[in-house]
Amino acid sequence: MPTLDEVLEGKTICICAGSGGVGKTTTSAAIATGMAAQGLKVCVLTIDPAKRLADSLGLKELGNEARRVKPALFEKQGVEMKGELWAMMLDAKATFDELIARQAPDEESRDRVLENRIYQQISSALAGSQEYMAMEKLFELHTEGQFDLLVLDTPPSRNALDFLDAPKRLTQFIEGRSLRVFMKPTGLAAKVAGRGASVALSVMKRIVGFDLIADLAEFFNAFSGMIDGFQARAKRVNKLLADPETCFLVVCGPQGEPINEAVYFHRKLVEAKLPFGGVIVNKVHYPAEQLRGANPIDLPATLAEKLGDADLAQRVAANFSDYQALAERDARNIKHLASEMRTRGVIRVPYLDEDVHDLAGLAEINRYLFATGEERVAMAAGRA
Amino acid sequence: MIVTGKGGVGKTTVAVALGLRAAAEGKRTIVCEVSSQENTSRMFDHTAVGFHEVEMEENLWSISIDPDESMREYVLLQLKVRAMRDMLFRSRIFNYLAAATPGLKELVTIGKIWELAQLDRKVKSGRKYDLVIVDAPATGHGVGFLQTPRTFASIARVGPIHSQAQTLDRFITDHENTGTAIVALPEEMPVNESAALERELRDEVGVAVDRVYLNGLYPERFSKPEAERLEGLADGEDGAVRAAARAALSEHRRARSQRAQLARLRRRVEAPVKTLPFLFEPELGPEAARRLSRRLS
Repeated sequence: MPTLDEVLEGKTICICAGSGGVGKTTTSAAIATGMAAQGLKVCVLTIDPAKRLADSLGLKELGNEARRVKPALFEKQGVEMKGELWAMMLDAKATFDELIARQAPDEESRDRVLENRIYQQISSALAGSQEYMAMEKLFELHTEGQFDLLVLDTPPSRNALDFLDAPKRLTQFIEGRSLRVFMKPTGLAAKVAGRGASVALSVMKRIVGFDLIADLAEFFNAFSGMIDGFQARAKRVNKLLADPETCFLVVCGPQGEPINEAVYFHRKLVEAKLPFGGVIVNKVHYPAEQLRGANPIDLPATLAEKLGDADLAQRVAANFSDYQALAERDARNIKHLASEMRTRGVIRVPYLDEDVHDLAGLAEINRYLFATGEERVAMAAGRA
Repeated sequence: MIVTGKGGVGKTTVAVALGLRAAAEGKRTIVCEVSSQENTSRMFDHTAVGFHEVEMEENLWSISIDPDESMREYVLLQLKVRAMRDMLFRSRIFNYLAAATPGLKELVTIGKIWELAQLDRKVKSGRKYDLVIVDAPATGHGVGFLQTPRTFASIARVGPIHSQAQTLDRFITDHENTGTAIVALPEEMPVNESAALERELRDEVGVAVDRVYLNGLYPERFSKPEAERLEGLADGEDGAVRAAARAALSEHRRARSQRAQLARLRRRVEAPVKTLPFLFEPELGPEAARRLSRRLS
């Protein structure tokens, strides 16, 4: 079973993907911290505006520029930091604006796009723009080459798959230039295209209102000079994602639903020929290994004898059997996950007693993330 | 009633539990899912319901609102002629524009929720519901989702969609008839996020939050003196006893740290907080939802 160090060996980009609420941000921060501690210059990027990453790294806030986490903070937690840890929060709108500024042939076309209301909607509100900009920023940082490793905490999507589809959706939208001609319904093109198109347009106008169509037409006009640049860039971004130096880690929880989503996401990664590195399952209830072969019926009696309190013994035993049931479920789900993914490289992080939201917590998680499989089992058995 | 919150906090479970509660009180209730994941029907071990109002139990229906289906239904209601609608949907330009218009999918989804809530249903022979419960998409997207009508009303300044977007915005922000609940977990970050979400909903969307459900709260199974007595066994020799003692201590620590989070949540949100217990069950089914629903009085 490969360790996380082995999985990340020689990688320059690590993308943590998974559905919401499975601990992606924490995992990303922990991985970045762990790799930086080993001597790399690492930057972790998040798009989550919830300040989760900033909180866990002890930073007041993060901006669209990378910021270094103070080495003194690690010392305080007893973490030896050989490298550097940087962090940034993606501002999708600002990144999009920068991209427009870079691609625009002149200031006038830049301003026309930036001021267009359709653009303002797409750059902040359109589903997919955050995902697209995350990849854009990743590409930019990678091209600048200042970091040994970039760790991306993917945006909280309804499902992890949105992340893969989003850039395509957005580029398709932007590439819609062939349709610009239809935006002028009196134009020659509309007549050539035939009645179907003009009826569709007039119905659309009836439903949507004329303004929107006019704004769209204006948007495409303003954008027309930049389309080739966008397409070329999108191609290079896609190439970077498929590069062998990139690694996708699927993050999930041990319950049935997140496990199914992880399986599904893995399948999509394979279909898209993207480099899958491994899967991390958070908040796992480990089974108590010592119990194999023991007779559980003896437990309440033994406990009662040791505690001298039959009622407490009963409750301890009942609680234990509840925990064991959860551990069995987790083991079952993870077995299913491993067989679906045809991998033995499942990294299990136990459900810790304290929830993880600071550097000390990250260090604790790292003990599990970067351990070998056997070490993990031993550590977890020591706790459970 | 709109049930919102970040991913993985149990929105579906709470939405279904609220639905069961209302149904038990004799209200004709429908639970709407907007993520096409069929979490609700799966919870009832029911086959996928799709874009249909399907009865799960007495007085309780479920629907999975698909934006494309909502769009077809909406356009038909506008055009009144099925053949014309079908022609439109075959047109490439229409499909392109529909896909390209920012927020249109969210808008027609909210439109369908509005339609379900009307006593005078637009859909032919539509059932009348006393309560519509929305299992909203996870935030990040959640606030954006509820904001769509307002955003849309400002993009399309005139025309039928402008006035309809305004109607939907009024529908969402109508405190008399539309309520919102946030589902939270008893952990540091989810508590922070729930407080931020309440603020955003109130200040940016104009929605009043009626209640915050703190989901998955561990029971306090062991008192502090009991935990102290168990400490000794947790380092003992006997494997099974040691493991059981450690599990008990683990439960005790989690329950305590969660109580601290509950207190923080109560301080940080304005809406009343209601707790829901963690259920020690491998997979949550209708029985679990029923038990939770009884806690919702």
